[in-house]
Amino acid sequence: MPSSSQVIGRLVAGRTGRSGRGWLLVSLCAGLVVILPIAGLMLEAMKGSAGLWGHLFSTILPVALVDTVILLLGVGLVTATIGTSTAWLVTAYNFPGRRLLEWSLLLPLAVPTYIIAYAYLDILHPIGVVQGSIRWILGYETLRQFRLPDVRSMAGCILLLGFVLYPYVYIPTRAMFLTQSGNLVDAARTLGVSRRAVFWRVALPLARPAVAIGIALALMETLNDVGAAEFLGVRTLTVSIYTTWITRTDLPGASQIALALLMVVLALVGLERFARRQQRYATDARRTRGLAQQEAGPVKGLFFLFAGALPVLIGFIVPAIYLSTEAWKRYQFAGLSPRILDEAVSTILIAALATAATVGFGLVVAYTNRVRPGRLSAMSLRISTMGYAAPGTVVAIGVLIVLAGLDRFIDRTASDWFGVSTGLLFMGSGAALVYALTMRFLAISAGGIEAGLSRIPLSLDHASRTLGQSTQGTFRHVHLPLSKTAIAAAALLVFVDCVKELPATLLLRPLNVETFATHLYGEAARGTYEEASIAALAIVAISILPVILLSRVGRNEPDRSAKTFRQGEIPVHEAL
Amino acid sequence: MKAKALLTSVLLATSVLSMPSLASAAEINLYTTREPALIAPLLEAYAKSTGTKVNTVFMKDGLAERVASEGASSPADILMVVDAGNLVDLAEKGVTQQIESSVLNEAIPAQLRDGKGHWFGLSMRGRVLYAAKDIDLASFNYEDLADPKWKGKVCIRAGQHPYNTALIADYIAHYGADETEKWLAGMKENLARKAAGGDRDVAKDILGGICDIGIGNTYYVGLMTSGKGGEEQVKWAEAIKVVLPTFKQGGTQVNVSGAAVAKNSPNKAEAVKFLEYLVSDEAQKIYAEANYEYPVRAGAAVDPIIASFGELKIDTKPLSEIVSHRKQASELVDKVGFDN
Amino acid sequence: MQRKTAVRLDKVGRIFGAAAAVKDISLEITGGEILSLVGPSGCGKSTLLRIIAGVETADTGQVFLDERMVDGGEFIEPERRRVGFVFQDYALFPHLSVRDNILFGLKGRPRREAVATVSDVMERIGIRHLASRFPHTLSGGEQQRVALARALAPTPSVVLLDEPFSNLDQGLRERVRAATLSVLRSAGATVIMVTHDPAEALSSGDRVVLMRAGEIVQAGTPREVYSHPANAYAADFFCAFNKIPGAYRDGSFETAIGRFVLPSIAQREGSRMLYVRPQAIRISKDLGEHTAYIEERIFLGASEKVVLKVEGLEDRLTTVVTEPLPADARRVTISIVPELLLTF
Repeated sequence: MPSSSQVIGRLVAGRTGRSGRGWLLVSLCAGLVVILPIAGLMLEAMKGSAGLWGHLFSTILPVALVDTVILLLGVGLVTATIGTSTAWLVTAYNFPGRRLLEWSLLLPLAVPTYIIAYAYLDILHPIGVVQGSIRWILGYETLRQFRLPDVRSMAGCILLLGFVLYPYVYIPTRAMFLTQSGNLVDAARTLGVSRRAVFWRVALPLARPAVAIGIALALMETLNDVGAAEFLGVRTLTVSIYTTWITRTDLPGASQIALALLMVVLALVGLERFARRQQRYATDARRTRGLAQQEAGPVKGLFFLFAGALPVLIGFIVPAIYLSTEAWKRYQFAGLSPRILDEAVSTILIAALATAATVGFGLVVAYTNRVRPGRLSAMSLRISTMGYAAPGTVVAIGVLIVLAGLDRFIDRTASDWFGVSTGLLFMGSGAALVYALTMRFLAISAGGIEAGLSRIPLSLDHASRTLGQSTQGTFRHVHLPLSKTAIAAAALLVFVDCVKELPATLLLRPLNVETFATHLYGEAARGTYEEASIAALAIVAISILPVILLSRVGRNEPDRSAKTFRQGEIPVHEAL
Repeated sequence: MKAKALLTSVLLATSVLSMPSLASAAEINLYTTREPALIAPLLEAYAKSTGTKVNTVFMKDGLAERVASEGASSPADILMVVDAGNLVDLAEKGVTQQIESSVLNEAIPAQLRDGKGHWFGLSMRGRVLYAAKDIDLASFNYEDLADPKWKGKVCIRAGQHPYNTALIADYIAHYGADETEKWLAGMKENLARKAAGGDRDVAKDILGGICDIGIGNTYYVGLMTSGKGGEEQVKWAEAIKVVLPTFKQGGTQVNVSGAAVAKNSPNKAEAVKFLEYLVSDEAQKIYAEANYEYPVRAGAAVDPIIASFGELKIDTKPLSEIVSHRKQASELVDKVGFDN
Repeated sequence: MQRKTAVRLDKVGRIFGAAAAVKDISLEITGGEILSLVGPSGCGKSTLLRIIAGVETADTGQVFLDERMVDGGEFIEPERRRVGFVFQDYALFPHLSVRDNILFGLKGRPRREAVATVSDVMERIGIRHLASRFPHTLSGGEQQRVALARALAPTPSVVLLDEPFSNLDQGLRERVRAATLSVLRSAGATVIMVTHDPAEALSSGDRVVLMRAGEIVQAGTPREVYSHPANAYAADFFCAFNKIPGAYRDGSFETAIGRFVLPSIAQREGSRMLYVRPQAIRISKDLGEHTAYIEERIFLGASEKVVLKVEGLEDRLTTVVTEPLPADARRVTISIVPELLLTF
């Protein structure tokens, strides 16, 4: 039997001795970062909201629930279809333009949902380009003779969201296809399965976890969306939260709905994890042969190129061209706002800071889970995903409650003790905003980095330790060099998300700070969309570079690590 | 250790964004839900004439929550919002303070400001009818929106939007909840498309042949007609004419934009001075020009485009009463499934 | 010369979830000794190795390296234990060249000294020509040698090898094993090698420790554990015994095909099974005591495995012959060498 002091020693030291204690501490801090605002919301929710649920159940909830479910099902279906089929196309076949397609399929990531909604609303309007051309071709004179169905509908919303959110499925699925063993596919083919059927019977089932995670992310983005749904007149639960809060000035009630929604999302995420708990994808330090690409003939190749390019066309090229022409028209008409430079600086600076914090914490959370596996570190990792599951405005309010409270406390303490007013340390400096963005996107960085780390065999850690490196040294000399592409990918994705983020930025930024997203919103809010076109174009433009980088990350990796295990191909969201 | 360094660097870096926490006497801080482009000309003019710099942050949802959360440490001097309901909310949340200013009280009609001096209306807009040019319509009552003769011909933004809940609340003030529910259900039957989008979309959709009539705010017509929104919008505006509708037993429903001095304003004197400036002839003119709103100051000039709608007859129900029906209005929208 | 104890385990235990991976293991390894830790997979041998290295901790008991406690009261981190570890998958750092892999464990030493050590180790192990190559370009045998060089470079007080040859092809395995052992012996290193291969354990170690289900079954020199297995499990592990049921009586064993006089070490009251090594069965045309029929012959090159149906016995017996049998041999006779018999 162990002596009692030994048992206590174990409890304190944990399974791997003292090493990693610092990591665990910071990891728990990261967990706290996420949990605090949610706790703040709970406090708010407990203030109570008389009669809210009765009203909701008897009126809006049945409709909003059904609409939300239809929207989620629809977006899930569209993103899954586009994401998996394009991923298979670019990994299983070779055809002219494939390499171009491989990365340009990511481009719709650069287009926020609210921008695509507004762009298509205009493009497809009866007096817009498309319907105008159709009328001209068909020889109709007036608008009343011919009209396409209104894009302001559930179907329109599903399609538009689907065409910008499918990259969330495409990225991890493609990575999964790339790392799938060619042997498995060959085995299937010797068993009499045609190449096309391999997709359904081998590749897709094997990629299921990646597809599921991709869909989960796309759906969380959908739940988060307010702009597009509002534009297109789809009443989701998220919109109900807004109405409850804004129109009925019932913040506790809004918090209650938000928390209920969060629970549902977390339950779904948990269910998904549970469903694939048995599936382990072994990491061998030695790599197997990848899937061989099949050459497509000229006709088939052209067809593949066209089919693969369609989502890029709809999700990126058309809105980008539209925005460019609108922005150009606006520029001709009103010139460039002098604020645009300031806005660019703020946008990039805030996104960069938030990315640094998010990736830093994500790294710690993911790494702690590796060097100090246990209940606490696993808990931190799970908690880190919660911020992503909660609607952005709700996150913002939670952060506001916590940080403004802290600000007040610090200010009061400083005044009482030193007679100096500190002002609002967090709110006034933008730290509150960085905090909110970190909390919101921690899931992306922690998940992506964890997936990257999980590709590194544990024996490398042990080799490093027995060769005299501490946990920190091992991190610096082994893990960091081997997971830098995963980290870079996570950073780029977070950066793009920060640039696009609206509700938290709107509520929490300091005085005199305007970003492209808030400028865009400021114009859109009073209906002057045309003035927003330059800002909208800027958001898309800023996001393009990271998106292209994202697609290139790992591609130029030196051959040495590429063969041992392909770092660049890690599914960014695998660990969620 | 690492995290501490990280945190420090984040804090240091974010301080780049921060403004001086101790504002000099010649600065005031404005929290606003009015879009930056609308108030920029006012702030510039004010800075030019007084040398006072106005720091702003534009927010939409959560302005009241932010000020409340920041509490005694809040740098906010002035809170500027649209919609009487939001002004009342600010006062009820206790984030405003009472201001005694003869300048303000004289300039603003009593029904357009808080009786206790917690908030002040600064400009007005009417919730009016946009109708296709070719429709013969000289006058209109809000009640007619539910008339089956308009079936499939009405466009309006989401019923839950504050502009519409205010209109519905006004209806409740006139007829009570039951009648209003019937009216809403009738209007819902008449909708040509989903209740969504913005007010300008109503004009655009009328041009696009989607509907014949719709509800929108007065100033949008000014913005569109003036060409400030580009040539396309001029076409939208040309497709419609504005009718100032009234309640059968009242006038046109109006709402205000307004401002309040924050309870913990660090620069109260400056804040009051700024408010007083906002009701000056100069400011009221800028307001009216920049956003085609009706000035609150009696006798101040109305933009010709807005004046062309005819004489505005403000509805009899006081704003405070309308505001009190807002929650009920919102619930009715849900109840009849207006936005579904 | 009296060698001191290099590794001492005192009642070491480790529990994974509900199952004990290692139970109360006590063991001493003298400096310069090569110890084979052998057992089927899941017997806890690798866990024990990792506990010694410090990449795993013991739940109970104590671990001493060079008489310094490293686990059990105070926990010494692996990087401060001075152990060398050769992993089953070699765990070479893919982002570092062979030279940098070997240099990895020499941080903190003067650069020139470290570089000299590296080239010395590479020279000794014969991998000098691989210095600037990257791991993935190496063959399995080369990777194994790099892993060994990397583990030896910091002159550890104990070298731990976890199934170091299991990833190599049969022929290569023999050669690499011989070369590795000669390097280790010439370095005078204390070595603990984990393997699941009985032949490897017997051929490599000065001492063999057989484990099962987290416990030590038997420890001793290779000859001891082979010739005098402590129980049926140990016997079966090291040799593919033929088994003939029967009963022990007064120094002999009664079976269906007669009575066998047992050597003293095999005399075991109450044993029910006679253990016959394949090499204890001698085949001849007609000189043996029992008639048998050849059922199957498996040619192994230097030797041949022969499966026999012996008259009066239900189970087949297997033997190994080195002298070729006539191709048409069918009916033969066998005799059993009594000195090699065991009973359990």
